[in-house]
Amino acid sequence: MKRQILATAAMVGLLLAACGDDETTSSDTTVAAAETTVAATETTVAPADTTAATGGDAAACADGKTLEAGSLTIATGDPAFPPYVLDDAPESGEGFESAVALAVAKELGFEGDAVKWVRTSFDTAVAGSDSTNDFNLQQFTINDERKLVVSFSDPYYTANQAVLGYVDGPGKDVTKLSDLKALRLGAAAGTTSLQFILDVIQPDAEPFAFNSNADAKTALDNKQIDAIITDLPTGLYISAVEIEGTKVFGQFPIDAGGAGDQWGLLLSKDNPLTECTSLAIANLTASGELATITETWMGEWSEAPTLSKD
Amino acid sequence: MTNNDEGAGIVSAPSRVPGQPTRRELWLRRQRRKAAIIAVVSTVATFGGLAWLITSSSGWPKVKTIFFNAERFKEDFPEILGYLWVDVKLFLQTAPFILLWGLVIALCRNTRNPVLFPLRAFAAVYTDFFRGVPIILTIYLVGFGIPKLGLLEGDFHFLGFGGNWTSPYLWGPIALVLAYSAYVAEVFRSGIEGVHESQRAGARSLGLSHTQTMRHVIIPQAARRVVPPLMNDLLSLQKDVALLSVLGIIEVFRRATSIKDLTGNFTPLVAAAVIFLALTIPETRLVDWYTNRQRRRTGGSQVG
Repeated sequence: MKRQILATAAMVGLLLAACGDDETTSSDTTVAAAETTVAATETTVAPADTTAATGGDAAACADGKTLEAGSLTIATGDPAFPPYVLDDAPESGEGFESAVALAVAKELGFEGDAVKWVRTSFDTAVAGSDSTNDFNLQQFTINDERKLVVSFSDPYYTANQAVLGYVDGPGKDVTKLSDLKALRLGAAAGTTSLQFILDVIQPDAEPFAFNSNADAKTALDNKQIDAIITDLPTGLYISAVEIEGTKVFGQFPIDAGGAGDQWGLLLSKDNPLTECTSLAIANLTASGELATITETWMGEWSEAPTLSKD
Repeated sequence: MTNNDEGAGIVSAPSRVPGQPTRRELWLRRQRRKAAIIAVVSTVATFGGLAWLITSSSGWPKVKTIFFNAERFKEDFPEILGYLWVDVKLFLQTAPFILLWGLVIALCRNTRNPVLFPLRAFAAVYTDFFRGVPIILTIYLVGFGIPKLGLLEGDFHFLGFGGNWTSPYLWGPIALVLAYSAYVAEVFRSGIEGVHESQRAGARSLGLSHTQTMRHVIIPQAARRVVPPLMNDLLSLQKDVALLSVLGIIEVFRRATSIKDLTGNFTPLVAAAVIFLALTIPETRLVDWYTNRQRRRTGGSQVG
């Protein structure tokens, strides 16, 4: 096989490096019997570690499974936004996701200097082509399609969709979902919010899909759109801190089609660390620490009237 | 075939039977067949080898699931195709203004009267600026910046556009017109300057004014030369309307990337590429056809 590949690689020199690398990687690692990965190049589960996962000790579970031995590399957005990360400084533990990440890290047995932070774009991360970190968190919604290319921990938060606009703007009288049809709506592209607009609200005017929430905010501020659909905490934060004179008109409960977004830690596909992070979240939930973190950082950001379906 | 035959062929003319191919023709035919066979074998070997190399790589199953997923393609293609009209419409709405404004800039740049120096300077700065700034930045700055001024309010209706004065469907195309007209102006200018100086001198010596010279002598000759490069720019415009998606406009590319982000599967982008190709390949053929026809019509007269 190796000879064949090398022979062909001589024909097309460009691809030589890629093939050679893959070959070396798979011969260096031991493929565990239980692993059913698409490509044989994934890092693998050492048999001794799998037993630890059932014991409830996340630190033992994570041992030897991180990118670099002895440290944990966590990724978030660039920049990272409040209330998830305050001052774009995730290492401080200030902000919801920053606090969750550090708590998970502690459960996994990493503290202080052993925790490293890197930045990635949302796109690269969900595409599954990112290998710079152990796990990534920037409000990634867990869904089945994403699970084909990446792995998720169990959720650490559930967020509803919400509608945000100017207090005196065209959205001020919205009380039910169908009231939104007449508005010019915008959302960040590639989010469940955009899908919610297209599939559930189905507005009469063309909706807008922006590169980021920052662009959507600018468009709202410019009166280019009447309202933003976003997840509730982000919406509440925008109205309270970022754009004066706006408010969240309401949130969509699950029965209005606004299925709650469950956010999970995102890991590379079939990363053996996945079960350890889920275990860590389960432990944090059981101890009440996750609830405390959520209340501390998100308490203010989860109160809004509920909109009815019709 | 023996040496004897060949020798006879050279010496005696009667070996050529009317209606039968000569030996030279047979030889040429053989050569052609041989060349064709070699071409086929080489093509099959090259592409077959490449295909084998790619499909036998360890990452191929993953690539196939993520980029060439038949199920996703079937599901996403019609959804994305539904937005094709948005791209075509934006193209049709911007192209005429780009040509018009580009010509105006080129004419400004070509003025000779010293009184009109400010126009010349403006045109030079304009083309330098808009050719120098990435189009996507122009779109961002114009599309989000100008509406922020809050100078205009209410609704407008114009040539199939309609909506609020702040609408990205207004400012996006305007940004494209600003950026593209700088390129188009340069194409026009090179066309105008490509007309030999003797034409201008001849026209002026016949008593035509500068304007008359431009109108009746220079522009008609220049127009013919600039058509192929202009078509090239328009083709590229057809693809660049996708850049307006940064203003929130949902068109083919934006819809495809949204699905990609949501699903983590790149197949919708492949679907979008297919849609763009289906649009641009016929356009490319049309440009080629036109260019060839023009070359035939003008014969070799362009040489020299």
